[in-house]
Amino acid sequence: MSNATATVTVPHKPLWRIRLELFWKSLRTNWSLFVENPIGVIGLVIILFFAMMALLHPILMRTVWDPSVYDPITGYDFEILRHPAPPSWRHLLGTDPLGRDVLSQLMYSTQTEFILGVVAALITVSIGTMIGAVSAYYGGIIDTLFMRLADLVIMLPFISILIVLSALFKLNMLKLALVIGILSGFGGVTVIIKSQALTIKVKPYIEAARVAGGGDWHIIFVHFVPNLLPLSFLYMMFTVTSAIFSEAVLSFFGLINIRMSWGIMIHTTQTAGYLLNVGQYWWLVIPAGLAITLLCSAFYLVGRALDEVVNPRLRRR
Amino acid sequence: MTRYVLRRLVQIIITFFLFQTLTFFLLYAQPGDIANQYLLNPNLPPDAAEQLRKELGLDKPPHLQYIQYMKNFLTGNLGVSFTNYPRPVIDIIKERLPRTLVLFFTATVISFYVGFALGKLLAWKRGGLFEYATTVVGVTLYTVFTPWFALMMIWLFAYKWNLFPTGKFITPTLWRNTPFTANDVFLRMIWTGVWGGVVAVAAYLLFRRLPPPYRFFSGFLALFVGIIAAVIPWIHSPMARYALDILWHMILPIATLTLISFAGTMLLTRNSLLETMREDYILAARAKGLPEKVVRDKHAARTALLPVVTSLVFSLAFAIDGGVITETMFSWPGMGLTLLNAVVQEDIPLAMGAFSFTGMLALLAHLAADLLYAYLDPRIRYS
Repeated sequence: MSNATATVTVPHKPLWRIRLELFWKSLRTNWSLFVENPIGVIGLVIILFFAMMALLHPILMRTVWDPSVYDPITGYDFEILRHPAPPSWRHLLGTDPLGRDVLSQLMYSTQTEFILGVVAALITVSIGTMIGAVSAYYGGIIDTLFMRLADLVIMLPFISILIVLSALFKLNMLKLALVIGILSGFGGVTVIIKSQALTIKVKPYIEAARVAGGGDWHIIFVHFVPNLLPLSFLYMMFTVTSAIFSEAVLSFFGLINIRMSWGIMIHTTQTAGYLLNVGQYWWLVIPAGLAITLLCSAFYLVGRALDEVVNPRLRRR
Repeated sequence: MTRYVLRRLVQIIITFFLFQTLTFFLLYAQPGDIANQYLLNPNLPPDAAEQLRKELGLDKPPHLQYIQYMKNFLTGNLGVSFTNYPRPVIDIIKERLPRTLVLFFTATVISFYVGFALGKLLAWKRGGLFEYATTVVGVTLYTVFTPWFALMMIWLFAYKWNLFPTGKFITPTLWRNTPFTANDVFLRMIWTGVWGGVVAVAAYLLFRRLPPPYRFFSGFLALFVGIIAAVIPWIHSPMARYALDILWHMILPIATLTLISFAGTMLLTRNSLLETMREDYILAARAKGLPEKVVRDKHAARTALLPVVTSLVFSLAFAIDGGVITETMFSWPGMGLTLLNAVVQEDIPLAMGAFSFTGMLALLAHLAADLLYAYLDPRIRYS
């Protein structure tokens, strides 16, 4: 009889749910630590504001804004005789010397900056975390090799390299993100992550994993990398800042192959000769410059606040 | 110590070779080659182009080209600039390097001083409105879009209020019919600066030995003595007005650079000090009943200074790199502006020369950082 074998249902949770709950719990603790610091919150609010702008742009283009007038690259307003025109209800931030809407350009560029920053940061952190974990785990010749390489990369003049590179090769957005990601990935981030990985290496659970028969790569991926992620995440923030900044500088000097970005907006102003007329044509220079500054400093502020979450020595007693 | 320095030197020479190799391959990997500069001329017949290519050694295999490139670099032959034809690249760099160094050295020292003082305050007054406001302002300035910020400074102080020149190194109208060049005056200014600095340090060491009530002003007094020592040789010199002209052109770039970079030192000092303040000897110093200022300046800040000093030299290297931006905005004819102009005008020999020297400066700055660190921290003794 099959009914006789009473099945006792043990409240058995699958492993992933336990992990998820643990993750959720640590996230909540860290969040409350993060919120304690108004500096991080200020940064986060600014980032959210820009994210809204980035998301709103395609919606506005579909509904309210006529593409022939408001397109950030090809638009032109024929109803206004003289461009650049000062801000009006039609163009909240005025138009640029080529008759395009400044607000639309500003919002459109936000998407580009976010994509660039995130791609560069992901590349940086993947490289940095992998190499940091591997050189801490294996030590010896691998460690020496990567650390000397890091020394070399740290010493490279970053902006000058980007300038020379973009002059010799035609860089577009993705290639730029790749270059920034690789340069900062092999440099300082690796050194910092490696020193963190060294403290993980001596933890008992690594020993336990090895005794239990875990292979090298298993230990690196399952035990090292997750423990390095908070630090990696922190350095993502700083990489985003430097990526956005570098892109803006290169665009400003007109060295890069991008259709529209905040740096290019100022570059357009410069080539049209309105750069020193800030008082009269403020909407050509102030919004774009302010946007670059604000977004860069927002990511930096969030990074600083995360630093206090990740580094217990900086916490308040 | 000597062995450590030697080892670092060897390491840096190797790194520099790698850097030069990288530079060469960047040059080699670019689409086309250097001869294209001349070949774009439609009047040039194809066999002349081939001849040119042969003369420039571009028909050789890459490894021979590489050896030639290294040999030329080490003998100081960086080629001839296209845009300043026929001036050799090394000549241009010799002229412009001091300008960059002076600008950034001055700005770094000032911003270091300001940043350290502010950082101490931030760590001590943790959690207040003062800390948050200063941090936000500092970070905003630190991550500000430099070209834009420089532009705002120029617009406000030079264009609107007319206090400073809008840029450049000298006022051309003033320098008409002068018997000496701007570089003569500038080199003399550098030597004066070094001399004034030496006198100030000597005076400081001397004043430190005074009894307590006078000792507290030793810093100011030493600065004063140093400035006087620097000014005296200029009083009757015909160059004095011209030196003042150069100084006048330096103020705005230095102020801008200081504002941009002081926050780096400030935030680092704050973090370093916060970590130091947890040490037991700080508690002990407080328990002894020492005044807060003494605990902060004499006990905590000295230990906290270590990472900050290293960062000072790093930030000099960083500043020289970022100098491309500042120098361009202020039309300051240093290495950065030279690099950018060379790149934009596709003057490849000059660009590569400027690039190599920027790299070399960064390397030297790193060496200096290590030495300073070893000297300052008695716990670290390299052997």
